[in-house]
Amino acid sequence: MWFTLDNLATAHDTHEGAAHSSTGLSNVKLGMWLFLGTECLLFGGLISTYMLYRGRVGTGPRPSQVFDIPFTSVSSFVLLMSSLTMVLAVSAAHKRDDRSTNLWLVITALLGTTFVGGQVYEFTAFYNEGMGFSTSLFSSSFFVLTGFHGVHVTVGIIMLLALRGMLKNNKVPGSRSETVEMIGLYWHFVDIVWIIIFTLIYLIPA
Amino acid sequence: MAIIERPVSLEVQPLIVVAPATPSSAMGAVKRPVVTKGWRQWVFTVDHKKLGLMYMATAMFFFLVGGIEAVLIRLQLALPDGKILNADLYNQMFTMHATTMVFLFVMPMAAGFANYFIPLQIGARDVAFPRINAFGFWALLFGGLFINLSWFLGGAADGGWFMYAPNSGPIFSPSHGVDFWTFGLQIAGIASLTGAINLIVTVLNMRAPGMKLMRMPIFTWMILVVQFLLAFAVPVITVALFLLSFQRNFGATFFDVAAGADPLLWQHLFWIFGHPEVYILILPSFGIISEVLPVFSRKPLFGYPFVVFSGAAIGFVGWGVWAHHMFASGLGPVSVAVFSISTMAIAVPTGVKIVNWTLTLWGGKLWFTTAMKFSIGLIVLFTIGGLSGVTHAVAPSDTQQTDTYYIVAHFHYVLFGGAVLGLFSGFYYWWPKMFGKMLNEKLGTWNFWFMVVGMNLTFGPMHILGLQGQPRRMYQWTENRAGEGFFNLGFWNLIASIGSLVLVVGVFLFLVNIYITARNGKVAPLDPWGARSLEWMTSNPPKEHNFDSIPTVHHLDEFFHRKYAEDANGQMQQVATAEQVLKQLEDNADAHIHMPSPSYWPIILAFGLPVTCLGLIYSIPLAIFGGLIILMGTFGWALEPSTAPDSDFDPPSSGDTSKDVVHVG
Repeated sequence: MWFTLDNLATAHDTHEGAAHSSTGLSNVKLGMWLFLGTECLLFGGLISTYMLYRGRVGTGPRPSQVFDIPFTSVSSFVLLMSSLTMVLAVSAAHKRDDRSTNLWLVITALLGTTFVGGQVYEFTAFYNEGMGFSTSLFSSSFFVLTGFHGVHVTVGIIMLLALRGMLKNNKVPGSRSETVEMIGLYWHFVDIVWIIIFTLIYLIPA
Repeated sequence: MAIIERPVSLEVQPLIVVAPATPSSAMGAVKRPVVTKGWRQWVFTVDHKKLGLMYMATAMFFFLVGGIEAVLIRLQLALPDGKILNADLYNQMFTMHATTMVFLFVMPMAAGFANYFIPLQIGARDVAFPRINAFGFWALLFGGLFINLSWFLGGAADGGWFMYAPNSGPIFSPSHGVDFWTFGLQIAGIASLTGAINLIVTVLNMRAPGMKLMRMPIFTWMILVVQFLLAFAVPVITVALFLLSFQRNFGATFFDVAAGADPLLWQHLFWIFGHPEVYILILPSFGIISEVLPVFSRKPLFGYPFVVFSGAAIGFVGWGVWAHHMFASGLGPVSVAVFSISTMAIAVPTGVKIVNWTLTLWGGKLWFTTAMKFSIGLIVLFTIGGLSGVTHAVAPSDTQQTDTYYIVAHFHYVLFGGAVLGLFSGFYYWWPKMFGKMLNEKLGTWNFWFMVVGMNLTFGPMHILGLQGQPRRMYQWTENRAGEGFFNLGFWNLIASIGSLVLVVGVFLFLVNIYITARNGKVAPLDPWGARSLEWMTSNPPKEHNFDSIPTVHHLDEFFHRKYAEDANGQMQQVATAEQVLKQLEDNADAHIHMPSPSYWPIILAFGLPVTCLGLIYSIPLAIFGGLIILMGTFGWALEPSTAPDSDFDPPSSGDTSKDVVHVG
């Protein structure tokens, strides 16, 4: 997970090379896409585990007993809206509009924080209803899958805020707009993964 | 490229490569390292060649560690009722032998070759992300040391390198060994993942002008395939290792049958990683011998596109064969049939390669150097291992062979006879390039024969042992159950153990060869083998910036085509010597090449990983401390530009020794 933050760092390893790379893509962008490719396999493994175990509740609560679908739908909506604000941040960065870039980055981070806050609330509620981490195979695989996703969102928030601070103090080495774009790629990926997770966990009955 | 090139001035001036002179902290939190002497030039380096050598040295160290473990295993089994190891220690020994050889020897050794030679082969000055490259090395080293730390802290992992559930759970494996193993592999996995992304971007993006994909040397191609396999295989085992950690430390029951779990989940996740891993281990060696065989046959590689595409085909089909490791687990007839067929199918591209290598030799002017001997050894011994592999594809026969020494024989023929011999071929072939000195050929020949004879004595009898039913991981055998006559298990076990000692002599001769070569080895000529690819188009060892000017590539085997041209009769005639080719590059040298600057952050960031993992095993405050190191490293890294700003590179003035000035031509 920290590796994703590391991508922030790689964003300026090689910006000079973008003009004459063999593929025409900058090194950073190519590296980021590859990294997201590896993330697909990570979430693929976690999702497979969940799908295998989602019906195995043992003596613990069943999914339908604990899930609050309207609540999670709202927090999912918030996360999806953060993709929109991220796009606006990238667009502003390409126009070299620092004020708007900063604003949209902060709003994106706030929306992300709302989502993570919702997840913390949800986890607490589940725990109080008798669904702990080790209650059943269902609960363990649920918490691992959504927890990994939550950590990814959290890392994204840290990157957004760190980037905002670095932009403000003019501390971004390398291309500013490309750095914003890279974090945008990561952020959209995390959102798309959530669409899949939300559908599989909450919308399709076990 | 992570290089700042200043405009070349019109008057001819000496090429100057300068290290940053001013330790400025324009962006970073602390001043960046500028010392280019002593230990600091290694610890903070981001140079792909230094990192390549560090990878190789680390891998060689772990090769010796894993070798000692192997010898202890063989000594234990040499005679009936072995007393050298007890059952528990024996379990740890074979687990760590395999783990060390796979993750800490073959993979890093291949990574070392890749790091060193990929930029040289594609005509680049460094990799795409030099600091990530440094980070990958340190993570690998710390991960390897972390796994082995368990020997001193209550015992190593003891569940076999595949760590099958439920045997890996806290009930059957109560020591912290499995935890060290799990976390250590996570760290090494991060190293592999970052390395994979880095090398893929390097190969795809940083090729010299004219270096199309189908003009790339085969070694580069095979490494590219391997990096894709790594990039997509490592995340799967990452998931498996996380699940295992959560089971061992936080009370989850992912692999606990009593709680209703499916232990096959581990096997699937492990082998979805584990089978591509097999190709991750062997393809780099395939790449190496595809470089060596044409050079010493004085012929181009036979069917270059076939070798490329069969390598890529192995990369694809390698994802569809994992369950052949699980034929005995009751998958059901359909799955077994599918995986049987795919396993037979993957033998085809491998066979294509063997045919290509053989036809490369056919009609060539063979030059039996040590590198060539190792390469031919690979063709023969890997083929034996490949054939026994095909017998595993036949599921009924495999069910009989599962968990016997026949399997041990098979994978040692492909991994030792294949991967290891290929790597040794690479040592002898590229040693002059890396160190500017020739390894002793006479000693090399002894090295080769001891290793080949030793490996056949060790692993050959295991076919017989396995077919007679000697199970793997058995820590003792008794005389009264050993059978009689030709099939007496005792006799063949003794032969195998003697063979392992012969192998030890072979490896020892290699170390002796390194030593005497370093002491007073023959200085290597510029082009000792009459080589064909770009890495030979620079000095021995290569300059810090690899090439004075980046060559424009017009052919596959560019270096060869600069030395030879067709005459009127269609015969290849030498038109230039290697020295002349190099001189031409030097005459067009770029002025002021600024290489990526050294950095403190890769090693700091990597060091945070084992600290965090140690904390996760023993005390949470330590884990938090480790997390803070990681956080600090990440931010320090993010704030530091990869290449020092222009103002840090002063024009060199006389008498200033803080600058590393290279005058060329």
